Amino acid sequence: MRKIEATKITGAVIGLVRKASFFLRSDVLSALSKAYRAEKNIQAKKILRAILDNAAYARKQKLAICQDTGLPVVFVEIGQDVAVRGDLKEAINKGVREGYRKYHLRDSIVSDPLSRGRSKSPVCVIHMDTTGGEKIKLTILPKGFGCENKSQLRMFKPTANIKEIKDFIVKVVKDAGPDACPPYVIGVGIGGSADYAGIMAKKALLRKISSRNLKLEKDLLRQINKTGTGPMGLGGANTALAVHVQTYPTHIAGLPVSVNISCHALRSASVTL
Amino acid sequence: MKKINTLKAGQEFFLSGTIYTARDQAHKRLVGAINSGKRLPIEIKGAIIYYCGPTQTPRGKIIGSCGPTTSSRMDAFTPLLLAKGLKAVIGKGARSKEVREAIRKYKGVYFVTYAGCGALLTKHVKKAEVAAYGDLGPEAILKLEVKDFPLIVAIDANGGSIYD
Repeated sequence: MRKIEATKITGAVIGLVRKASFFLRSDVLSALSKAYRAEKNIQAKKILRAILDNAAYARKQKLAICQDTGLPVVFVEIGQDVAVRGDLKEAINKGVREGYRKYHLRDSIVSDPLSRGRSKSPVCVIHMDTTGGEKIKLTILPKGFGCENKSQLRMFKPTANIKEIKDFIVKVVKDAGPDACPPYVIGVGIGGSADYAGIMAKKALLRKISSRNLKLEKDLLRQINKTGTGPMGLGGANTALAVHVQTYPTHIAGLPVSVNISCHALRSASVTL
Repeated sequence: MKKINTLKAGQEFFLSGTIYTARDQAHKRLVGAINSGKRLPIEIKGAIIYYCGPTQTPRGKIIGSCGPTTSSRMDAFTPLLLAKGLKAVIGKGARSKEVREAIRKYKGVYFVTYAGCGALLTKHVKKAEVAAYGDLGPEAILKLEVKDFPLIVAIDANGGSIYD
């Protein structure tokens, strides 16, 4: 069995915090450039230009792409043949804390959601999963809350048709309107349970934006871009850059559909140890 | 300052002068202070509030990334502040009917600025200091001196809106 020190995990997380916060994902950059070239609305084009310039300036100046450096969501895929020496969760939380401090990122976490008290030791959200082998894959997704606030879950009847489901997804995006920083990337989780659909929707945001999409995803993207919300909600053909759908077996009595919206500053970074 | 009342929804405007950052908790405190008859820590009459909570300031820089946050979360607080003389607000996204009506009534302005472009906007901030509620950390009220800060008029003094 391979052994790995918890301090190594902490160091890796610090690196991921830096990478995700300062360097916009290359697939997101490409999608934004493509949207910029295709956009005909002059104001929308100008906003897309500013978004691209912002990413370049952030990279050059080592400034956060967005001041909302998010609630860090960390996905861990841990091989069954590797043992961590030390506390894995604490090692991740420590990496996040040290990374945010080191790179002057905003500590947006309150320790109690009701009293809104602040903590000197903020924690992130961690999703653990096991896999074969002796590697550990760490992925950080610092999620801004302007867009997280617009995410929704609906428990459909099992007899619901695909049109009802599509209409719901499009309505969630339409209701987000200009508030969540379009152009968006839309993560959708269909199936599983209420909680699992939510995790799938979030994980769908990690998938690389490409031209290889399901028909359902293409249809949804087309419908969403027809709403005309556009960058900053001021009109245009680019309300979303991509729609990513994940599905999972579910119960005969239900059909959970979860929609997780990401702003254009879709930040994530991964490393395999 | 007189000039901003004459702007029309959809127009671009480049603001130079003093603005104050304030977001959720600072709004709750400001409105709480007004309702209990306490003195406000900043002069609200004629002030411009920017819905923003910047990142920490990196060494050698004036301010960290400083883009707008979602304005609608401040909707419940904005009409009272406008009644007390607040001149303009800057944020992102749509506003409630009540805010729009208050903007028209008190001749205020609601601007939006480039959302999710917090790094780029640092270029327009020339000075930043804590003005109040320092204990709120990223939600403290900062006094900013800005130059040519890029804005779009979202709701004008006549109630005209870009979201119509």
